[in-house]
Amino acid sequence: MDSTIAALLTQDGLTNGAIYCMIALALVLVFAVTRVIFVPQGEFVAFSALTLAAFEQNKLPGTVWLLLALGAVAALVDAGSLWREPRRLVRTWLGTSAPCVAAALLVWLVASAQLPFFVQVLTTIAAVTAMGPAVYRLAFQPIANATVLTLLIVSVAVHFVLTGLGLLFFGAEGVRTQPFTSASFTFGALNISGQSLLVYAFTAFLVIAMAAFFKFTLFGKALRATASNRTGARLVGVSPNFAGSLSVTLAAAIGAVSGLLIGPIATIYYDSGFLIGLKGFVGAIVGGLASYPIAAGGAIFVGLVESFSSFWASAYKEVIVFTLIIPVLLWRSLTTTHHEEE
Amino acid sequence: MSELLLDVEDIHVAYGQVEAVRGVSLNVPHGKIATVIGPNGAGKTTLLSAVMGLLPSRGAVRFAGERIDGKDTEALVRMGMSLVPEKRELFAEMTVLDNLELGGFARRRAGESRAALANTLDEVFALFPRMKERQPQLAGTLSGGERQMLAVGRALMGKPKLLLLDEPSLGLAPLITRDILSTISKLRETGLSVLLVEQNARAALQTADYGYVLETGELSLEGNAADLLHDERVIATYLGKR
Repeated sequence: MDSTIAALLTQDGLTNGAIYCMIALALVLVFAVTRVIFVPQGEFVAFSALTLAAFEQNKLPGTVWLLLALGAVAALVDAGSLWREPRRLVRTWLGTSAPCVAAALLVWLVASAQLPFFVQVLTTIAAVTAMGPAVYRLAFQPIANATVLTLLIVSVAVHFVLTGLGLLFFGAEGVRTQPFTSASFTFGALNISGQSLLVYAFTAFLVIAMAAFFKFTLFGKALRATASNRTGARLVGVSPNFAGSLSVTLAAAIGAVSGLLIGPIATIYYDSGFLIGLKGFVGAIVGGLASYPIAAGGAIFVGLVESFSSFWASAYKEVIVFTLIIPVLLWRSLTTTHHEEE
Repeated sequence: MSELLLDVEDIHVAYGQVEAVRGVSLNVPHGKIATVIGPNGAGKTTLLSAVMGLLPSRGAVRFAGERIDGKDTEALVRMGMSLVPEKRELFAEMTVLDNLELGGFARRRAGESRAALANTLDEVFALFPRMKERQPQLAGTLSGGERQMLAVGRALMGKPKLLLLDEPSLGLAPLITRDILSTISKLRETGLSVLLVEQNARAALQTADYGYVLETGELSLEGNAADLLHDERVIATYLGKR
């Protein structure tokens, strides 16, 4: 391997690693607040890329039907549990089902009017983000106090349901979206694509935005408080449902941005999310699903390992990436004191 | 407006088959301190947790005349109730200032201004000057007494009408306990009502207006706190000789 190849592989690894980094941060966020290992994170990534691809092909994205289905089921479930309290029911609908319906209408409008690329991108983010509250409401809110194992099992089930719905609404065809920019920059022998630079910039922006959100905003502090002490958070008026829904919504938004960034780099199918999410998960595990900076570093390392192993042993690329988790788990099991789950 | 701020009527709380609180009725009038004393395991903490909506219960609980049994803890916080739990339940990895700011979460969401919260923060700092010094410190690194101050301060940030205090003296030196209880007496003068659950019967009865004795999940005695301090049964069981 010469230095040019090494530099290319590093660039490739950093680009993928930056996307895994966003996914890892979302996984740490959801786990810290809700104790859910959020397997369906990858689906948000895939649905985002598939939505933008449909816009680009002048088709109506399947997202419309997915959003309407999620919104309708969430509305029915809420009506079933809150029909005695009409005011609360309306408030709950406004927070869960209404965003789904509004986003579906927006997607339909943007697709029919063939609005410009920039609008399509923003609509895609809005559409995927709107799925967050509904997914939390339907799958996790009813079992918020269950054990981590039960939550994980439900999380896997949600992943399968969403993948199935993805096949139904988006079809089995793979897509690749247009790059945001075709510009490229040459530094000596190294050619860096504008798309890669965009990925780095978005990731850096996200990391800084998340840090600021948690440090300076009331809602960010409320999420940290819930992660730190759920009973304490309830005692100051932070509802676990509010915190859970907010964290999954943020995860959906992060997934949407990740999907837009990975769309031009890799071919995305309705079920591609799982593998992408799993690589983010390896990064998150390096940080013990608790530390944001270590998870971010871990995810970038995963991207680099993946890139270099695709050069040296491409057939074993995935195996090598997922084997990374073993030494980390071994080290953690030797150094962490075991606590019984409450 | 009802004269009683909190009115608990025939409350039962069970852990599975075991009934930890059986048919307890008590109340806290506006601007008064009521205390529940009793031995370890009598069901005092269970009673307080059930009133605050952290545990399911049977029976009627009214706050300012409104039925609140079955409501979420968060809804009770919004209505003006604050619990300082036995375990304090602080946000250990966050700073003292963050903990206090979060105490005003419900008020901020209800649309109160930052300035109103800043005023309450100043009031809390006036009550507990130590908290002002410790603002940037992580809550998990505080001493036992400081944690208790922070827990009370965090509860006060919500500007509650009713403060429920669970064993504020637990694990604290007598001098610090005295400080905290004298702060609670001061707060009564501002119109705050308090339901104080305490194992340290003497300190609790000296602070409160009215007392209840809880034994194995049932009330065995109640009366004016000053009278209970001189009651033979209370002296024999809880106070001993001075």
